[in-house]
Amino acid sequence: MNIVNILEEIEKVDGEIYERLNPRRSAMKDFYNMGKKVALAAMPLALGSMFTKAYGQSTPTAVANVLKFALTLEYLEYHFYNHSLLAAPGLLTAGTPAHGAITTIRDHELAHVNLLRGALGEAAAGPALAYTDFDFTAKGTFPTVYSDYKTFLAVAQAFEDTGVRAYKGQATELKGNPVLTIALQIHSVEARHASHIRQMRAAPAGGGVSIKPWISLGAGGGANDSGVPQVDPVYKGEDLDVQAGVTITGIATGVNKAVAVESFDEPLSKEDVLAIAGLFIK
Amino acid sequence: MKNLQEQEKQELLPVERSIFTAPLQRRSFLQYAGAGAAAVALVAAGCKKDRGNEPMVPGGVTLNFKDDFGVLNYAYALEQLEAAFYIQVASNLPSGFSPVEKQYFQDIQYHEIAHREFFKKALGSAAIGSLEVDFSSINFTDRTSVLGAAMAFEDLGVGAYNGAGVRLTTDAYLVAAGKIVSVEARHAAYVRDLISNGSFASSPQVNDKGLDMALTPDVVLAAAGKYIKTKITVTNL
Repeated sequence: MNIVNILEEIEKVDGEIYERLNPRRSAMKDFYNMGKKVALAAMPLALGSMFTKAYGQSTPTAVANVLKFALTLEYLEYHFYNHSLLAAPGLLTAGTPAHGAITTIRDHELAHVNLLRGALGEAAAGPALAYTDFDFTAKGTFPTVYSDYKTFLAVAQAFEDTGVRAYKGQATELKGNPVLTIALQIHSVEARHASHIRQMRAAPAGGGVSIKPWISLGAGGGANDSGVPQVDPVYKGEDLDVQAGVTITGIATGVNKAVAVESFDEPLSKEDVLAIAGLFIK
Repeated sequence: MKNLQEQEKQELLPVERSIFTAPLQRRSFLQYAGAGAAAVALVAAGCKKDRGNEPMVPGGVTLNFKDDFGVLNYAYALEQLEAAFYIQVASNLPSGFSPVEKQYFQDIQYHEIAHREFFKKALGSAAIGSLEVDFSSINFTDRTSVLGAAMAFEDLGVGAYNGAGVRLTTDAYLVAAGKIVSVEARHAAYVRDLISNGSFASSPQVNDKGLDMALTPDVVLAAAGKYIKTKITVTNL
C-alpha cells in the first residue's frame, strides 16, 4: 500500500493533483493520516472516492450553481411556511396536527437553508432572502393563500412536488460528488413532505381532495393530478411511462399506465423550476 | 508477493503506459482518471493486493460493486424484497385497513413490482437471479406488525438509494434511481403517518439538519439480511 508514491507519480504528469484533490494543500495531511487509520481493505474505496472528487464531472462552479439554485427554492419554501405559522391568523391553530406538521416542514426548510448557506460559504451564498422578497399569491393567482386552508395546502403541494423535481433534475450535475449525497438526502425529505401535504389535502379539513400521496395521472389522463390547473407547469411531463428505454406500462400484470406514472417521479429542468419559482418571487 | 506484483504489472501495463509515460498530455490523463478506471487500476498497483476470483456461492448471488451494474443489481435485490413483501401483504390484508388504505397498499405493491421489473429489464443478462425471502419474523395477520415492517422496508430503501447514488456513473441510471427514491420516500411518509400521524419525517430518520438517511450497502444488506434466505456475496464495495 503506497498511496503517497502513487500521488507523487501523478504529480509528475499533473502538477496540480494536490490542489485538485483539495484546494488546501495542507489538507492532504488529513488524507495521509486517514491512511493510517482506515483499514487496508477500505483504502481502495477511500482512494476511489477521492479521485472521483478530484476528477469527477462536477466542477466547483457547477456544484455551487446547484447549491445556489437549491438555496433560492429553500428560501421560498421556508418563508412560505414560516409566514403561515407567524402571520396568518386563523389559518393554522396551534396544537393541531396540521400546525405540528407545518412546523416540522418549516423547520426542515430552515435547516436546508442553513445547510446550503454553510456549504456555499457566506460570500457565495449572498444576502439572505426575506419574506418580503416573495409574493405567495403569485401576483394574484392565489389571493387567499394565507386565509383559505385549502388554497394554502394546494400551493404547499405545488412547492413540495416542485422541490422534489428540482433536486432530481440537478442530480447529474453532481454525479460522483459527495454533494450529491447531501442533495439526495434533502430530495427524499421533500418527497416525504409532499406525501404528507397530499394527505392533508385528502383529509376532510383539507377539502377531501381526491389525491394520493404519490403523483398519479390527473383527470382525463393528464400529467397534473393536483386538481389545480394553475399549477400545470409543476406537473409537466409527470405522465411519462418510459424509463431508461424501458416501457413500464404493462411490464407486469397490474402495472397499468397510472401505476407506471406513480412508480417514477420525473425531474424538472432548472429553467422550468425557475419559471415556476419566478411566479412567487417579486 | 513479488510474483503477484509481477503478474499485476503485466496486467496493468497498458494502464501504466498511458498514465505514467511521457509525453502525456494532462488532458488525456484527466479523461482517463475521470473515467474512474484509472483510479481502480492505481489502487490495484498501489495495494499489491491479491485479486483472486470471487468464489461463487452455489445458489447465491453476487453483488459486484465495481460498476453501475453492481449498484443496479443491489437496487434490484431490494426491490425484489419489497415487491415480495407487498405481494404477500396485499393478497390478504390484516383487519383494520380502510378501503382507501387497501387501495394504497395495492398501489404500493404494483409500484414495487414495476421497480423490480424495470431493473430486471434494464439489467438484462447482467441481472442477478431471484432472491428467496424469509418473512417469518412478520405477522401478516397483524396490522401493527405489517405497518412496522412496511416502514422499515421503505425507510431502508430510501437510505439505500440515497447512499448508492454517488456510486453511479451513468446519467440515465442516476436519474432513474432518483425517480424511484422519491416514490419510496412518499411510501415511507404515508406508512409512517398511518402508524402515527405527523411522523412522516421524524427524527432520527430525518436528522436535525433536515437530512434523510444515506446508508452504505453493507449497512443496508445487514439490515435486509434477516428477510433474505439467498446468500448474497458482496465484492468491490
